[in-house]
Amino acid sequence: MDKTGLVPASGVAPDGIALIELTDSGLYCRAGDFHVDPWRPVANAVITHAHADHARAGSARYLAAAPGCSLLRHRLPGAAVEPVDYGEPRRFGPVTVSLHPAGHVLGSAQVRIEHGGEVWVVSGDFKRQADPTCAPFEVVPADVFITEATFALPVYRWPDTATVAQEVADWWADNARRGVASVLFCYALGKAQRLLAELAPHLDGRPVFTHGAVESINAVYREAGVTLPDTRRVGDGEQDYREALVLAPPGAGGSSWMRRFGEAATGFASGWMLLRGNRRRRGYDRGFVVSDHADWPGLIDTVEATGAARVLTTHGQSDLLARYLAERGVAAAAVATEFEGEGDATLQ
Amino acid sequence: MRRFSELYQALDATTSTNAKVAAMADFFRGAPPADGAWAVHFLAGRRLKRLVGGARLRRMLVEASDYPEWLVLACYAEVGDLAETVSLLLEPAGADGAALPTLGELVEQVLLPLADCDEAEQGRRVVDWWRRLDRRERFLFTKLLTGALRVGVSQLLVARALAAAFDLPRSVIQQRLMGDWQPSPAFFEALTRPDDGSVEISRPYPFFLASPLDRPTGSLGAPGQWLAEWKWDGIRAQLVRRRGQTFLWSRGEELITPRFPEVEALAERLPDGTVIDGELVGWRDGVLPFAALQRRLGRKRVGPKLLAEVPVRLLAYDCLEIGGRDIRGSAQAVRRATLEDLARRLDGGTDAAGGPLTLSPLIDFTDWDALAAERARARELGVEGLMLKRGDAAYEAGRRRGGWWKWKVDPYAIDAVLIYAQAGHGRRASLFTDYTFAVPDEHGELKPIAKAYSGLTDAEIRELDRWIRRHTLERFGPVRSVPAQQVFEIAFEGIAESSRHKSGLSLRFPRIVRWRRDADAASVDTLADVRRLLTAGRPDPVAAAEDS
Ligand SMILES: [Zn+2]
Ligand SMILES: [Zn+2]
Repeated sequence: MDKTGLVPASGVAPDGIALIELTDSGLYCRAGDFHVDPWRPVANAVITHAHADHARAGSARYLAAAPGCSLLRHRLPGAAVEPVDYGEPRRFGPVTVSLHPAGHVLGSAQVRIEHGGEVWVVSGDFKRQADPTCAPFEVVPADVFITEATFALPVYRWPDTATVAQEVADWWADNARRGVASVLFCYALGKAQRLLAELAPHLDGRPVFTHGAVESINAVYREAGVTLPDTRRVGDGEQDYREALVLAPPGAGGSSWMRRFGEAATGFASGWMLLRGNRRRRGYDRGFVVSDHADWPGLIDTVEATGAARVLTTHGQSDLLARYLAERGVAAAAVATEFEGEGDATLQ
Repeated sequence: MRRFSELYQALDATTSTNAKVAAMADFFRGAPPADGAWAVHFLAGRRLKRLVGGARLRRMLVEASDYPEWLVLACYAEVGDLAETVSLLLEPAGADGAALPTLGELVEQVLLPLADCDEAEQGRRVVDWWRRLDRRERFLFTKLLTGALRVGVSQLLVARALAAAFDLPRSVIQQRLMGDWQPSPAFFEALTRPDDGSVEISRPYPFFLASPLDRPTGSLGAPGQWLAEWKWDGIRAQLVRRRGQTFLWSRGEELITPRFPEVEALAERLPDGTVIDGELVGWRDGVLPFAALQRRLGRKRVGPKLLAEVPVRLLAYDCLEIGGRDIRGSAQAVRRATLEDLARRLDGGTDAAGGPLTLSPLIDFTDWDALAAERARARELGVEGLMLKRGDAAYEAGRRRGGWWKWKVDPYAIDAVLIYAQAGHGRRASLFTDYTFAVPDEHGELKPIAKAYSGLTDAEIRELDRWIRRHTLERFGPVRSVPAQQVFEIAFEGIAESSRHKSGLSLRFPRIVRWRRDADAASVDTLADVRRLLTAGRPDPVAAAEDS
């Protein structure tokens, strides 16, 4: 039995080799000679999205969905990035590759790989909830579906985003009444922009203050045509933060950067905040449940919708998801990738 | 139960003591008596007797969910709490529109009757309720079914909330919460009825708390404006004598009269309408070490042997009420004179130590240097240092700066509350011996201020270990969080600003001086108090530098 789970029982490519195999560098398509989200430098890298565990520097050529190319260039300065529109086919030798929206962050893509009438789809990171800052997930029929499994436990069901935005707004209002700043920690790429867009109806013309790491990504989003509410970089000019809402990456917590706010209420926006134990453990005053990954129903529905006869799982709870699918009659196995999902730097 | 479920959410969403008290007060104000009674029951940490075991509940959950057992157990392992797993795992309830029971109805008509059902019927009923409730209510339902709420409030905070909700003195509520009670509507009505004064003859006054001396004595003004006393190593207490009855209160506003029969006996000779503030100490021809007094603590009833070995006295240093008149507004010197006058009248001019009132003596001094020399003797005398009381100071409620200073031998010592514990190493690996202590900031939020490992006796460590295990709120890895209830006096060698600490301060060589069972978490030092020590420096060298 092949440990990687990539040698298929069915769905063998015409020349007898699995269409995608796991090498030291990552997911590799030998027939087309390219990698998907390689974690070592390679000749041809097809990139699902610009998060650090999926887009690494050093490869010779990168292919990415057009809306995400500016983000990718921002993250990997000097990289040779070739944009391709969603749905537009590209040839790698005998293999046809196309990218399809994954709904994860701006320009995030699933990779559809077709060879000799067989279709594999690599989901990358994805979510099924609506997100005003990126194109919605598209179901792509597949023979083999390689899915993420970051939150693959049935306790994970995301609340409605508008409800969470209202919770953030109420929390902010409460803190403002007490005269303390509300510092909301979130990932700088994707989560921060989604939060800004979701909070827009609650702002009443007030700017949101941002950490530099967030603000530089905001600029890339705006250039790509995404509408975000008015933001101001913390530290630009004299500011009174006592009634402010501030978005900052988790790493800024506890740093000297925080000092300027004096007494501040802190919150963290993440899928992990669904669990009370995580909310306590992290030491933030409040946790808000917002994730850019699929929740349990999202994962199960998606796997079903692709019609895939085989499913390979990556990230987080990949073993559990594979076992659950296998018990339901789907040929499923976990793949040991180096992707980290929302767990990165979240919980040590 | 919806309101109580919302209260739980509010308590869970904040670490601020003040916010918790406000949320509870809100709840109590609008609560029917039966709900109020059960809320007091659960919030004060009481629980229902175990109705359904954990293993049985897990089986019910597997049955109720559409998932294989291994997946349900994986969820439980991920979440770490069965009630929370139940609340998250089951399908969100459809709004069936049926009215929910009140908290009282839920407990009395749904939960308690489960005790009379067989397992199958229990399973049917519990799963049926799980399906009817939404996530939050399902969580609360299951929590009540499995045990205590553990939401980080103490009976003392509940008393504060009730006091605020019904505009009653906290001590009245505390007194009414004492002893045996059943969570009935009648109990709640009695608990919250207006204070007509007549029945509250036991009521003490809020204690006036001294602040650590944070400035050179030279800056306090003329020595003649100040009274100095020893700072006794004992237990702060108020002795109330009214209408022929005696009530002895600890600083935690706990009624401790039965534990000190000898003090009660002596107090019988006090005139009605007298309230004395002082320190309980072990006493035989003088003050016994605190370790001796400790043998008397933690025992509700003392046997004749211990009573003979460690007799206890109240060393009186203030008089708050005389002839039924509240004299807290009078000057310190006047109250002292009243106290001395009372002692003289009672023992007819004989040695004060033989009478019912043993006075904490004043220390004569004419200049600050002389007083500093006295203070240097504190250790050999077995006292903690000196108290400085301004002659014209009124007896304030709580911690007010300026009137009373504690000038301890330990340059730095604070009262802080235990919030986390961790197992030790080596010989103590099986016991929780590494502690984290906190003090409240200006919003009442607890900020960790020190970690300490040493200073308790083995017996105390074992006792605290048991308390920690019984009161664990959360586990994260090896660390457990506990309700902020146990107060400790922490001494340390130095203090500095630190951006790496949540409190903004780091303490050098902190150690536990003592477990302050007499104190409650509401009266610990504040972060502002501790911060002031930054600028104060060690009182001694500063004073010396000024003199040179
Ligand atoms: Zn990602
Ligand atoms: Zn990922």
